[in-house]
Amino acid sequence: MSAEPILELKNVYSSYGRIKALKGISVKVFPGEIVAMIGANGAGKSTTLMAICGVVPIETGEIIYNGKPIHGTNAEKLPPMGLCQVPEGRRIFPRLTVEENLELGAFYRKERAAIDDDLAHVYDLFPILKERRRQQGGTLSGGEQQMLAVARALMTRPKVLLLDEPSLGLAPLIVQKIFDIIATVNEEEGTTILLVEQNANMALQAAQRGYVLETGTIKMEDEAGALLHNPEIRKAYLGE
Amino acid sequence: MIQEFKKIWKSYAIGLVWLFGLLWPLLGIHPDGTLSFGKTFTVWLYIACGSFVCLLLYLMNKSGGLRVVTTPLAAARDKAGTFYGTVPVWVWLGVALVLACIFPLFTSRYAQDVAINVLIYVCLGLGLNIVIGLAGMLDLGYIAFYGVGAYSYALLNTTYGMSFWVCLPFAALFAGIAGCIIGYPTLRMRGDYLAIVTLGFGEIVRLILNNWMELTNGPNGILGIKVPSIYIPSFENGFHFELFHLKKLYYLYYVALFLAIVTIISVYRLNYSRIGRAWESIREDETAAELMGVNTFLLKLLAYAMGATFAGLAGAFFSSRMRFVSPESFTFLESAMVLCMVVLGGMGSIPGIILGVAALIVLPEAFREFELYRMLVFGLAMVVMMLFRPAGLIPAQRVGTRSEEKEG
Repeated sequence: MSAEPILELKNVYSSYGRIKALKGISVKVFPGEIVAMIGANGAGKSTTLMAICGVVPIETGEIIYNGKPIHGTNAEKLPPMGLCQVPEGRRIFPRLTVEENLELGAFYRKERAAIDDDLAHVYDLFPILKERRRQQGGTLSGGEQQMLAVARALMTRPKVLLLDEPSLGLAPLIVQKIFDIIATVNEEEGTTILLVEQNANMALQAAQRGYVLETGTIKMEDEAGALLHNPEIRKAYLGE
Repeated sequence: MIQEFKKIWKSYAIGLVWLFGLLWPLLGIHPDGTLSFGKTFTVWLYIACGSFVCLLLYLMNKSGGLRVVTTPLAAARDKAGTFYGTVPVWVWLGVALVLACIFPLFTSRYAQDVAINVLIYVCLGLGLNIVIGLAGMLDLGYIAFYGVGAYSYALLNTTYGMSFWVCLPFAALFAGIAGCIIGYPTLRMRGDYLAIVTLGFGEIVRLILNNWMELTNGPNGILGIKVPSIYIPSFENGFHFELFHLKKLYYLYYVALFLAIVTIISVYRLNYSRIGRAWESIREDETAAELMGVNTFLLKLLAYAMGATFAGLAGAFFSSRMRFVSPESFTFLESAMVLCMVVLGGMGSIPGIILGVAALIVLPEAFREFELYRMLVFGLAMVVMMLFRPAGLIPAQRVGTRSEEKEG
């Protein structure tokens, strides 16, 4: 783990109208690690990711990626820089085919051969998508749609992948599968992953470090294993 | 089964009573204060009998009583389908093109006039299809760009005497620029809000045309616009090119056909391009498209400008054919009409839109005898269409689905 964080949020504030969503979030993500961000509904987890991606504007603070500030950059400029998000609720393109969905992940790239290579690669990771590649995205099951969303993001060749609630509404078996693939991507390609989850147990098991968000602030920050065994966390988020 | 029948008949009976309640005030109350029931009752009886027969057929079909008729019909349709499949697409396109080309040779002035109208609206419908069908933005002020195109040609021609073919790109350009000007501030909005704002801008353009007396001559319109002309080689007094005005209606038909074909080819190419794909992603989920690196703002603006450009082409031709333009041709009703054609034909589907345009222009002409009931039937047809074929006459096929790879 190098000393320089690849993605850093410094005291970020953001709000929707008069409702304050983020009240001074500071997060560091180092290259090659998996960081989990856990918290209840409305804690500001998704807002944090949307702020990083430039969809939600920030009021004060700094977001630094690869040594350069990226707050105020338009969302569409980030995938070419290697920063991509799998948004909450999957948000695939329902009336486009699976393959078209994937090709949109590579929209900013033009070299056909490399795109085809990546396509083959994600089909290796998710064989089910290859079977369904001519089907409309909306006709897939929830788990398959989540796989498609992850695969689509991988098509941008991200250095940092932001995942928003990949376990949302999925059966435990499928959740396990998705997390396995996340781990594979992290290990084999060295993709840095920032994971937002309500399923604290899964997320902390997969991650190396974790942040606990509560009503727009960072409440706790520690090694994932330590958080997993912290009695307070166990009580609040793991139902004990 | 019995339960089901009971349900259907009950709602049918309630519907008929309702219909009577609606019909009577329309037909039974006379302006002089007298009330009558006779006429209402006859009309109501006709409708009741007609719908009863339809319902009976529907029920018989459902319970399999009509299998004697439907089975051979389905077989015939399948056969036709396989025949259609075996003949390559370009043959059909060729046949359509040849038919379109020889059309004026066999038809009257009136039919040609209707055909020209259809071709103009094909340009408009396909242009609007880019905005609505591909990029998914509801645009209720689309006709404004048609107006900009029409006035561009009218003004350039009457003031500077520029010819149709020189003005055509200018009209398209001006309409495209107008699209950008209107689009830039409005495209930050989504959905319903965008629809309202475009509606407002459409009206603003019409009001400007109506009130800017010095430039547009206001509600009086602009007269004396020249028809398109071409140079044809002439061999009298040695070889030279002669200016030839396309005054005959069937010459204009070919110009319209040319414009429509240009539009169809360009929209087809756009449909299947990278840009078309990006437009569709914006329609499906704008935020997700943005997160995938699609420059949504620029592409939406481009969609708007492209749509406007085709409207501009159609507008320029419209003013050259009419030789007169006035703001009255560019009311909201026209926008709504084009929108109807696109929705009826099938959003995003080029053959669908052509069929939709043809249906909405030719059918009202064909039913001219029914004068009073024309709009009523029109409305009814739209309702029935939306109930039974909500995706349009010919629904759009998935873009990018190559037929040979459909399997697997």
